[in-house]
Amino acid sequence: MQLAHYIGLLHRAEDALASALREIAEAHADEHDIAHICRMLAGQCEGHVERLAPFAERYREEADEEPERLHSELFRGRRQGGLGLLRDLHDLYLMAAECDVAWTMIGQAAQGARDTELFAVVTACEGETATQLKWLRTRMRAAAPQALVVAE
Amino acid sequence: MNDRIADPWGPRTPYGPSAPGADDAVWPERVDTLLEEGVAEDDVEAWTRAASILHSNGDAMDIAARGGRIVGVRGRADDRVNRGRLGPKDLYGWQANRSADRLTAPLIRKGGELVETDWDTAMERIVAHSKELLSQPGGWGRFGFYTSGQLFSEEYYTLGVIGKAGIGTPHMDGNTRLCTATAAATLKASFGTDGQPGSYTDVDHCDAIALWGHNVAETQTVLWARMLDRRRGPNPPRMLVVDPRRTPAAKEADLHLAVRNGTNQALMNALLHLVIADGRYDERYVREHTIGFERLRTTVADHPPERAAEICGVPESQIREAAELLGTSRRLLSTVLQGFYQSNQATAAGCQVNNLHLIRGMIGRPGAGVLQMNGQPTAQNTRETGADGDLPGLRNWENPDHIRELAELWNVDPMTIPHWAAPTHAMQIFRYAEQGSVKLLWISATNPAVSLPDLPRIRRILAKAGLMVVVQDLYLTETARFADVVLPAATWGEKLGTFTNADRTLHLCDKAVEPPGQARSDLDIFLDYARRMDLRNASGGPLITWHDPESAFEAWKECSRGRPCDQTGITYARLRSEGGIQWPCTDPSEPGAERLYSDGRFNTDPEYCETYGHDLTTGAVDSAEDYRAKEPHGRAFLHAEPYRPGPELTGPQYPLLLTTGRTVYHFHTRTKTGRTPQLREAAPDAWLEISAEDAEELGVIEGDPVWVESERGSVLVRARVSGIRKGVVFMPFHYGYWDHGTAGPDGGRPRAANELTVTSWDPVSKQPHFKVAAVRVTKATQTHGGDIFESDFGTARGGSPVLAGPAAGGTTDVEED
Repeated sequence: MQLAHYIGLLHRAEDALASALREIAEAHADEHDIAHICRMLAGQCEGHVERLAPFAERYREEADEEPERLHSELFRGRRQGGLGLLRDLHDLYLMAAECDVAWTMIGQAAQGARDTELFAVVTACEGETATQLKWLRTRMRAAAPQALVVAE
Repeated sequence: MNDRIADPWGPRTPYGPSAPGADDAVWPERVDTLLEEGVAEDDVEAWTRAASILHSNGDAMDIAARGGRIVGVRGRADDRVNRGRLGPKDLYGWQANRSADRLTAPLIRKGGELVETDWDTAMERIVAHSKELLSQPGGWGRFGFYTSGQLFSEEYYTLGVIGKAGIGTPHMDGNTRLCTATAAATLKASFGTDGQPGSYTDVDHCDAIALWGHNVAETQTVLWARMLDRRRGPNPPRMLVVDPRRTPAAKEADLHLAVRNGTNQALMNALLHLVIADGRYDERYVREHTIGFERLRTTVADHPPERAAEICGVPESQIREAAELLGTSRRLLSTVLQGFYQSNQATAAGCQVNNLHLIRGMIGRPGAGVLQMNGQPTAQNTRETGADGDLPGLRNWENPDHIRELAELWNVDPMTIPHWAAPTHAMQIFRYAEQGSVKLLWISATNPAVSLPDLPRIRRILAKAGLMVVVQDLYLTETARFADVVLPAATWGEKLGTFTNADRTLHLCDKAVEPPGQARSDLDIFLDYARRMDLRNASGGPLITWHDPESAFEAWKECSRGRPCDQTGITYARLRSEGGIQWPCTDPSEPGAERLYSDGRFNTDPEYCETYGHDLTTGAVDSAEDYRAKEPHGRAFLHAEPYRPGPELTGPQYPLLLTTGRTVYHFHTRTKTGRTPQLREAAPDAWLEISAEDAEELGVIEGDPVWVESERGSVLVRARVSGIRKGVVFMPFHYGYWDHGTAGPDGGRPRAANELTVTSWDPVSKQPHFKVAAVRVTKATQTHGGDIFESDFGTARGGSPVLAGPAAGGTTDVEED
């Protein structure tokens, strides 16, 4: 069974997203709404990591060795200014999208594995990830015209 | 007349229904008049119709003029809003019009100094800069317009068209963002569009009144007089007040929940929890007229009263008592204001009040009303006409058909009208100015150098090189001192126009006297700018096709046609002969609509609604598809949201929670009320309210000078020991520095509450969190050399909100952990 690999992938992706959110909150502390919401969302991601941990543990025993190139890396550090903010949010979006897709895959697998506990975790968390995506889109849409057309 | 400084509400005229549930109560008339000394009613040469612009109630009055000057005011007995009564600010405030320091000529910055100039020079400087900015790519994005809650519909609408169809900028907002943005956000979120469901006449018919963070006794004294008169008459309503302070309203109430500021959502969830658990909701109304009940039920299930008691710091028994009061009332009137709007989870908590009314079916009938209030007199018409972060006619920026309607009405390319994202809110406009992409900031009739949070930062922005600041005002305000161009404006009584109060009542405000010197009406200034900018429509004709107040009103009426705020049945002539008329009003022979949603059908149709909705935690915008999938079919939305702590919490360094607010003697940065002798003498200086316990711990006694400090700044004020809850301190906001002759403390004594407040806002309404800042208080040993306070406390101690004794019901206060 390969489920462990996807749980591991999501586990790492949520962890990476949480760190990136915290870093961006700090880097763009002058964008007060972004700083506050990013910290709140980081807390959500950390909650996801915590809730996934027992399943990562449980399924690891049944897993083969992890295939290569399953894990991707997006965010490589903060940027400056309005355009930098837009790119940082864009990266966060792609990272959250990775989590979002992984939740869907794991939700499907949890049903296939008849794992109601895991399925309950997916159901509880995937909505938060979907809202994270929606917020990032909203914020990028608000920022893009000024950052791309107006700001020097 | 009695002294209305000492007694702001005046004598009682008790009334009430003849039997519980009867609809026969009529609020008796009481005509309040104030004429300057030596002038009798017979001496008055002309009475001119007006309504108040020093608070949001919309008190109708006549202005008395003699010899070309205003000599007094008289309440209008025939008006539905006030039945002749006037509040202290109405009675005394007009004197500020003739203050000796009115601006009478434009000013322009030369060699660092503001010097007098003529209109041509001042306007040409603005126009030359505007044209240069517009000539570059993205020129629209270099403009920011920040306006007021005190202009007329005709002025807002004209400015809105200039900005949105002429320049094409989304960077337009009003200081209504600071006062009423959450009211609009909750009305849109719950009912589909902005617009108050209820009416002030609900006070006449209700059997319970709940004041949610609304210190109505001080913010709308005439509405409070109506409530007090019901309380003194037959079959009086019960009263619940939620407020951390022991305000006059809290003192009057049957039950006062002195919640810790920032915890309203926790309280609301617990109250809804109990109402639902006890089966005190209207199952049929919920099924037929709402969406989202299951989510609401499961969300509030996690918020039992014992949990809220701990979070809010009030006894569980009081929460149960409140739920009982709300759940057993048959006609509940709720009013909501800044205690909810300027606090943590503002939109979510405001929506919970709407939820309460929806699940109990308490909407659209006499006595069963929700008033999501406004702090300012013309806040509602700002929202209607779109000079703030809304589109005119309560249109939806995400609905292409709504944009097309506007483009056709204005005869412009739809692409000109900025609708690619939500209109830019005030705090973001200032952020763009801070970053340098906004290069012209035009501020009309408001004073952000006192009213925005974190004033040291705002002063840095206004002083920024490369930012042209235009200020249009009556006086050299704190903000005007930063301006590059100052335009002297006419004000209330010196110009003509209409405005809408919180319960959708339009009043006409006529011109009684000429403005001083070269001062011009805001409408004339905007029209002049449009003409000089040569703003054109798609056919090459002038973009602005109107030329005076009445033609502007007619143009605005066309924009309102077919929308919820339809005013096509209202004319200047009707407003002059009938007084206040509520919208919608589409037929010249019909009175306006007293209540909305009487048939339980809401404005949530996807083609009609003003918003497709938001996530209340993050402000994430829902898509049109998300919205359509809900198939609202005219049903209202029940929103649910767990409690989350606010963005700034107390800690060892800053252990006290600061809340700020208005008092009965001042209004909007005291530009007028500070220039009104009676009001100034009543409360000449800011102060800090602190509980007896906290004061004792700090070794502070009544009248001691204290430093109040936050991460942003500090103020030095005198302490008043009051009935506020332990751990919370209060300062009146909007005391600034103009009367010290400066724009800021400048090494003098800092005293503006907003030196302390945090730059942070509600994710949906974008209303700043003025009521949740962490501070520390220390007794001042050095008071800046000698006595630099205006006076001890002013003459009006008796009328102040400072009341002895512990917070009502707070005897078993739950301590913060």
